[in-house]
Amino acid sequence: MTTQTKTPKSVEQRTDVTIRFAGDSGDGMQLTGTQFTRTSAIFGNDISTFPDFPAEIRAPAGTLAGVSGFQVHFGSEELHTPGDIVDTLVAFNPAALKKNIDDVAEGGLVIVNEDSFGATDLKKAGFATNPLDDDTLSKYRLIRIPATKLTKEALKDSPLGARAVDRCKNFFALGLVSWLYGRPLEPVIDWIDKKFGKNPDVADANRAVLKVGHAYGETCEYFEHTYRVDKASLPAGKYRRIAGNDATALGFVAAAKLAGKELFYGSYPITPASDVLHALSRYKHFRVKTFQAEDEIAAICSSIGAAFAGDLATTGTSGPGLALKGEALGLAVMTELPLVVLNVQRGGPSTGLPTKTEQADLFQAMYGRNGECPLIVIAAKSPSDCFDAAIEACRLAVKHMTPVILLTDGYIANGEEPWSIPDVNKLPKIEVTHPTKINTNGDGSEGFLPYKRDENLVRPWALPGTPTLQHRIGGLEKQDGTGNVNYEPLNHEHMIATRAKKVALVAKDIPDQVVEGPTEGDLLVVGWGGTYGALKSACERVRGQGKKVAHCHVRHLNPFPSNFGDVLKRYKKVLVAELNCGQLRFILRATYLVDAAALNKVQGKPFLISEVENKINELLAK
Amino acid sequence: MSTEALPQLTAKDFASDQEIRWCPGCGDYAILAQVKKVMPELGIPLEKMVFVSGIGCSSRFPYYMNTYGFHSIHGRAPAVATGVKLANPELTVFVVTGDGDGLSIGGNHLIHAIRRNLDVNILLFNNRIYGLTKGQYSPTSEIGKKTKSTPMGSVDNPLHPLSIAIGAEASFVARTVDRNVQHMAQMIKRAAEHKGTSFIEIYQNCNIFNDGAFLFATEKDQKDDTTVYIEHGKPMIFGKDNDKGIRLNGLEPEIVSLKDGTTKEDDLLFHDEKLAEPSLAYMLSRMRYPEFPEPMGVLRCVDQPLFELGMQKQIDDAIKAKGPGKLEDILLEGDTWDV
Repeated sequence: MTTQTKTPKSVEQRTDVTIRFAGDSGDGMQLTGTQFTRTSAIFGNDISTFPDFPAEIRAPAGTLAGVSGFQVHFGSEELHTPGDIVDTLVAFNPAALKKNIDDVAEGGLVIVNEDSFGATDLKKAGFATNPLDDDTLSKYRLIRIPATKLTKEALKDSPLGARAVDRCKNFFALGLVSWLYGRPLEPVIDWIDKKFGKNPDVADANRAVLKVGHAYGETCEYFEHTYRVDKASLPAGKYRRIAGNDATALGFVAAAKLAGKELFYGSYPITPASDVLHALSRYKHFRVKTFQAEDEIAAICSSIGAAFAGDLATTGTSGPGLALKGEALGLAVMTELPLVVLNVQRGGPSTGLPTKTEQADLFQAMYGRNGECPLIVIAAKSPSDCFDAAIEACRLAVKHMTPVILLTDGYIANGEEPWSIPDVNKLPKIEVTHPTKINTNGDGSEGFLPYKRDENLVRPWALPGTPTLQHRIGGLEKQDGTGNVNYEPLNHEHMIATRAKKVALVAKDIPDQVVEGPTEGDLLVVGWGGTYGALKSACERVRGQGKKVAHCHVRHLNPFPSNFGDVLKRYKKVLVAELNCGQLRFILRATYLVDAAALNKVQGKPFLISEVENKINELLAK
Repeated sequence: MSTEALPQLTAKDFASDQEIRWCPGCGDYAILAQVKKVMPELGIPLEKMVFVSGIGCSSRFPYYMNTYGFHSIHGRAPAVATGVKLANPELTVFVVTGDGDGLSIGGNHLIHAIRRNLDVNILLFNNRIYGLTKGQYSPTSEIGKKTKSTPMGSVDNPLHPLSIAIGAEASFVARTVDRNVQHMAQMIKRAAEHKGTSFIEIYQNCNIFNDGAFLFATEKDQKDDTTVYIEHGKPMIFGKDNDKGIRLNGLEPEIVSLKDGTTKEDDLLFHDEKLAEPSLAYMLSRMRYPEFPEPMGVLRCVDQPLFELGMQKQIDDAIKAKGPGKLEDILLEGDTWDV
């Protein structure tokens, strides 16, 4: 076993590093990770994060079920994923060690709080013997830190009680790791001052422990060297960190501004979508109306009512909630009202894995309704892309008078990355018109035809309150034009075809499918949604080895871009990589008769770059 | 501002061009006629009105009104109406629902709409049967009801709409019956004028699947003894010869005779629809035929904060505190850095 060695310190230069902070749910690992990320971003690194926590708020302390982790990948080069392999694991208890050790690189650093490796802790984690004392960790460089003891010592004069003192120990780890990777402490200290300003004892304690952790690294001489990760050369601009759910919320607010509308967001709390409701409820000064409904159905139905009355109407949920919204989505399709339905996907079916990521709701988004019920489906590819995708969803909804499902997932919803803040003035305006006059043709009849369509088959959005345009809509089949209830066979067929064609025509209003890499070649890797970073990185790697592999990431899933069929034909092989059992692949095979191969993963976790790379090489070797 | 007076609307102006498709003899016709008659008295232009409904016979209602209308999905009308009202609080919003739509599949939405107290008017047509699906028992059908789905009689206890509404602390609760058109008109008008969610249960005869369900409340020879028309501030007196009354005995109502002179009018229960505490209204809602005369009229009418005003106030307060939202500001929230 390699253990603490006392050698003089040198500085090792690294292009990128992946650290995972892991501990019990109550150990403050999310906070430690977030603060480290924040400091790294301010320092100028590119970052990508992956918080991974249990669905239970407080699972039994010390158990495997209660382990909460936060992975941060930071570097001097552009990063697209939170990292495949962990370089440094900070494990705050035996359960955290057990659950995460397999992801650590051989020779990687494993920093443990040795004070939490008592007999009971070991038993709870299912260790028969102490892994710190046998050869369990022989492949790694083990650093044992008495974090609890040192925290207590540092705070022996603090007025805080024993429990409050114990809660400070995550700042010890943060201080130590900050020292190890040459991060400044000031951003954390500023944060502590702001956060605990009203509670100076807590602020003092956290600040003190942070500094003690930092000093401990410098004096303990247990580390062979420290590391340097230089600033990344990102494109010029003003940056901030952004998580997908926050970006989606900002995108909705921006879309409402761009459309000159008030935003309505009807929602029912559900993991991992609730943060969008939280974020939007803070933007009341934008006249944003957030409505926490009594259930998922009321959430979408209130949004449909708000759309009818003229708001930019949105609703948000996750998979099980989308299932409940299915009938109302059909109503929105039938009444041809603009509505955006956000689905932050999580592991299913049923309640499934509430806090874990998956992409298995594509079929549900495409087909999960009774009758022939097409609507627009789009997906965001990264945390910051949620902003653009949210605006795009709103634009398409109001322009084409149809519901739009916006798919994100738990991974990009909670993960963070740096975001080059867009220039507000360069965001595209969203044109909205409401008729004010009757629209009947010169057939002698007076009135308003709510289903009279324009060249895109789009009906007018006439708002209650407008004189002379009173009309009735509803879920029963409509006569085209008048919107009156109509059960005639040929009218029904005509209306089904018309609704389908209206959505199909949206293809003219979306950009062509772009490809990263060669425009033709041996293999096209197709993906959608939050897998973008892993697929992009894997394709870049194999192209670096001289392989003719391109990557195309589909935002517009229904309708597909007009050129998509041609793109697929330009490569000898097509691989569809997705976090489900092959849903997009199924659709591509049915739509384009393309013999696409599959890479599927349903473990509640994102792709590793290496998994994609291996599959690419396997296909190329065939 | 225009000084031109609003054109005087009539019931005819509120009729749409659609052919009415209820069964001949259905109680819904009477309700539609009274709504159309009352609407012009409200002084609200056609285009400011929205009728929202769910699914069922009653829910076809919006098609027959020349206002804005939304025939939504089963049970969800209160939720759709909530969105309409929040998007544009200037609209006058009516929800038309039935006993199956409002109390079975949509029970959750109904109670939550009521507790929020938006200024929305809910008309629940109670015919104690599923009509549009051709005659199954409903959540308001009496125990033992024999229908296509309960050939041996239903075994479940019915819900009572007024008790549900009062349980959710509705700010306005009333009951009327399709055959007493004058009273129905009064109730609709009062509901429309009430600020807050108003809930009216309308006993409505389904002459196809549940004919005569409310004969006790409509037939000349018995209605005076089986219903009590309650009015604010007045004693609860009923009976063909106004010779019976309701008296409070502890926490229970009891029927007393005014004939023998032992009980005077002053001993009776005087109706107070404005009591903040809903217990009296709830007690009235539990007076049921045949044990008691069933109350007709306004059981409860109190002022309570409006949801839409609360939401609007928070928006106004936020703007006052932070200024009108600027996109640049929220994009720059948190730590930023330049590259």
